Amino acid sequence: MSLPKRRHSHTRGAKRRTHWKLNKPNLTNCPNCSQKKLSHHVCPHCGHYDGRRVILESKLKS
Amino acid sequence: MRHRKTVKKLGVKKNHRQAMMRNMVVSLLDHGRITTTHARAKVLKSLADKMITLGKNDTVFSRRVAGKTIQNRETLKKLFHQIAPEFADRNGGYTRIIRAGIRRGDNAALSMVELVNYEPKVAESDEKEKKSEEKKK
Repeated sequence: MSLPKRRHSHTRGAKRRTHWKLNKPNLTNCPNCSQKKLSHHVCPHCGHYDGRRVILESKLKS
Repeated sequence: MRHRKTVKKLGVKKNHRQAMMRNMVVSLLDHGRITTTHARAKVLKSLADKMITLGKNDTVFSRRVAGKTIQNRETLKKLFHQIAPEFADRNGGYTRIIRAGIRRGDNAALSMVELVNYEPKVAESDEKEKKSEEKKK
C-alpha cells in the first residue's frame, strides 16, 4: 500500500478547500406576489405559475 | 457503446423502469396531475402523450397496444372514453411539465406532470383563501 511520505499541514488542507464554494441560486421575483422564487418554477409562496394558480392554498407548504 | 441509444435509464434496470413508467402513466391518467422528479417527468410526458394519441383512435388494435402500457382496465376505459375525446382537436402536447422546486433529503429537482386540461379543484381553494384573507385583515 502506498503511504504519505510527508506530514500534511492544516494550512495545506485548508488551501485546497478554498475552492469548495456554494453557488447562490438564481432567484427572480414572482410576477404575482413579488417574493423571491426560482426561475421557471412554481412560486412556493403563492402557488402561481405562468399567470395562473397552479397549487391550491391547502396544498402549499408553510 | 451507447451510440444513438436514446433510452433514459433513470438509474434502474429495464424491468423496474418499465413497471415504474407504466404505474406512473396510470396514475397520471387517473389523477390528472402527479408530482415526480424532473428526469422521470420528462420520460413520463413522452409516454403519456403517446398513450393519448393511441386513445384517439378507438380500435381493438389500438386498445391492445395501449393496454400493454396501461395494465388497468378501468384506466384504459377512461382513456378511450373520457380523456382522449377531450383532446380530439389538439395535435400532440396533451401534457405539461411544471417545475416544482427541490426535494428535501436528496435535493432532487421535482416537477408536476399534468394533463393540459387539468384544473385544480377551485371550490376548495377559494374557501381556504377567503379564510386566510380574513385572518390577514
